[in-house]
Amino acid sequence: MAHTDKHGRPIVVVTGIGIVSSLGQGKEDNWRRLTAGESGIHRITRFPIEGMRTTIAGTVDFLFDERVPAPDLSERLATLAAEEAIAQSGVGSKGNFPGPLFAAVPPVEMEWPEKRKLAENASHHPVEYRDLLLSAASGKFRPWHERFLFGSVADRLADRFGTQGQPISLSTACASGATAIQLGVEAIRRGDCEVALSLGTDGSVHPEALIRFSLLSALTTANDKPEEAARPFAKNRDGFVMSEGSGALVLESLDHALARGARILGVLEGCGEMADNFHRTRSSPDGKPIIGCMKNAMDDAGITPADIDYINAHGTSTPENDRMEYVGLRAVFGDEALAGIPISSNKSMIGHTLTAAGAIEAAVSLLTIANGRIPPTINYHVPDPAIPLDVVPNVARDAQVRRVISNSFGFGGQNVSLVMAGEPA
Amino acid sequence: MPEGAKRDVWITGIGLVSSLGEGLDAHWQALSAGQAPVTDAERFAPYVVHPLVKLNYDAQIPKKGDQRQMEAWQRIGTYTAGLALDSAGIAKNTEILSRTDMIVGAGGGERDHQVDTAILNDVVSSNDPGRMLNERLLNDLRPTLSLAQLSNLLAGNISIVHGVTGSSRTFMGEESAGVDAVRIGWARIAAGQSEIGLVGGAYNAEREDMLLLYALNDFCMTGEFRPVFSGPQAPGIPSGSMGAFLVLESPEHATARGATPIAKLSAVWSERARRDEAGSVSAKVRDFLARSGDAAVLSGATGARGVTEAEAEALKAAGVPVRSVTNRIGHGFEAQFPAALALAALTVSRGPLFPALAGDPVETGESKADRVLVTGLGHWRGEGAGLVEKIG
Repeated sequence: MAHTDKHGRPIVVVTGIGIVSSLGQGKEDNWRRLTAGESGIHRITRFPIEGMRTTIAGTVDFLFDERVPAPDLSERLATLAAEEAIAQSGVGSKGNFPGPLFAAVPPVEMEWPEKRKLAENASHHPVEYRDLLLSAASGKFRPWHERFLFGSVADRLADRFGTQGQPISLSTACASGATAIQLGVEAIRRGDCEVALSLGTDGSVHPEALIRFSLLSALTTANDKPEEAARPFAKNRDGFVMSEGSGALVLESLDHALARGARILGVLEGCGEMADNFHRTRSSPDGKPIIGCMKNAMDDAGITPADIDYINAHGTSTPENDRMEYVGLRAVFGDEALAGIPISSNKSMIGHTLTAAGAIEAAVSLLTIANGRIPPTINYHVPDPAIPLDVVPNVARDAQVRRVISNSFGFGGQNVSLVMAGEPA
Repeated sequence: MPEGAKRDVWITGIGLVSSLGEGLDAHWQALSAGQAPVTDAERFAPYVVHPLVKLNYDAQIPKKGDQRQMEAWQRIGTYTAGLALDSAGIAKNTEILSRTDMIVGAGGGERDHQVDTAILNDVVSSNDPGRMLNERLLNDLRPTLSLAQLSNLLAGNISIVHGVTGSSRTFMGEESAGVDAVRIGWARIAAGQSEIGLVGGAYNAEREDMLLLYALNDFCMTGEFRPVFSGPQAPGIPSGSMGAFLVLESPEHATARGATPIAKLSAVWSERARRDEAGSVSAKVRDFLARSGDAAVLSGATGARGVTEAEAEALKAAGVPVRSVTNRIGHGFEAQFPAALALAALTVSRGPLFPALAGDPVETGESKADRVLVTGLGHWRGEGAGLVEKIG
């Protein structure tokens, strides 16, 4: 008899987890350092920082010796996370993953070092844009076409892992990683597939990316002590830290996982989303889309707020996000219940991994359940009286965690929440 | 109904803008009159583009402030999404829009070429190029640039301007993004995961940074416009500005609100041939043809080398009536498949199949066009197709 959830759909479980972040490669290293309250944020050495307002980031610097274009790094990060997840799940065979790929990847465009080469290749200087076009058409830079296609990272991952069909490259800004998981869950529930590879990756800390977020006043400028710059929910929070990493999950129908004797690492019980049409970068002041998003995820999981033991926060460390997340949580859980639920932000340690964040944080949520230990919110020394929360300040905490809700909110009105549990209900 | 069960999916609204005009009537008139494609070989010479018809953006994006927050591709898309909602009769219907699931196939970018070249010239001649780049970027980039460029901000703008808030997802990856935006929207409705959705995309061909990307590997059509299947070798991609959005809906939902369907979307496929294996692309096309029986074909062939010849080979061998989308409105990458589906829905709802274009030997045959297979093969990767059928 098929295993179905409260809505009569196939139960979707996780059988493989992979993580890479500025704290290291692999879930063991990441888990050890996250629960030790360590920070992966540091001074940027990848490119000159003179003249920048923010000079720190959670870059992943241990994979390449020299600067590579962002899609190269995003691809490498995703490859490592996916390899780890697939190896753990044991599904398929080498180069033949028996399901589709949903890849949250950062938007791609040609970067300044490449543009500079085009300019230097031009026949005269100063150049006009048409000179760059002529230079591009010279045939000397052919591989850049593929590299700077939006689909190229997922394309190469699909080739490498032998996923089925055309891969989907997606972006819902800072909710992308969660959307990748949601797409996988939906595909399994529809019966389109029994197994899916969902991942988020982001290796796009380069000068213009950093400066663009600076121009939106979204980044912290607390450059002096990088490891103390990300301060989610604290009164002295002043912006997020841009970071890199990747998270990957192998999703599988419970029936398929049981039939092949796979170890079940957790259950993806519910996914919720709701778009916000208030503003391009700000949440609706009444919090309705955030509230609706969390409620949709719980309805999808067939649970109530009382069933949630821990909240894995979006918690970016911007004044606006953390306040609005609190407003939403308060409306969903109520003051009294909320006071009794631990909530923490992985971003206090690994920064905001943007496109990858939802996937990395889902992976950490599953590890939290499995280990019975909640990673802290570090750098929480000045509580914000306007947002009273049990943020698991500074030190990890042992606790029985049966069920987690993980939030991801992004520019463009993107909101996604995931509900995960340890055991099939 | 339980998820997983299959039900029909209707197209109940279409928004379409291109070089041929705005809206369904304008497109049908141009197609059935056999109007020559509108191309411009001068403005971006040597590259050929299909320029967008002039739009009155105020009609769908009333706030100038909103228009200023968008780059051209986002304006085209937001405008076209509004047309689709109008066509479906759900514009400004907050109750339905708050449940409408949106999936957009999007690119991104749109650089300010003057700013970029000015910065480049200073960086190239600087003896401290790193600092120079940082300072110039901080001073010269508009603060809103990243929003105007972000791929998911086309969807974001549609939420803001039109109030579509059920859900918002953006797929990237050139042609496949458009195919999968439609496929996932379709599959969710067919399986009972969604009742109504807005899917589509937009492309601005009149920008040099996109021409540059494709020129890197010699993919652009140069010189005068030629039909995509006109010679033994593919002529290159004649990019075209366009926007195309479809409202997809379950029959139950459409019937309950008294909506009239334009056509049925019977299937969408998104597959992946091994392009390095000879014959693999033709085999995919033959496969799509076999699944769709005697349907006429509306080909989305891009004009790119390799894949276009492979598709032509399979189409010629099948002997079914064929028309090319690109021969009429150019190639719109992420928007191409949604636009082709829009033209297919229009064709099955009005019929018969519009006349062939002279000079393209693959465009042959006549059909009353009750069933149309749309192909959407990526210029680089990804093979998609969809089947559109007449209702009633």
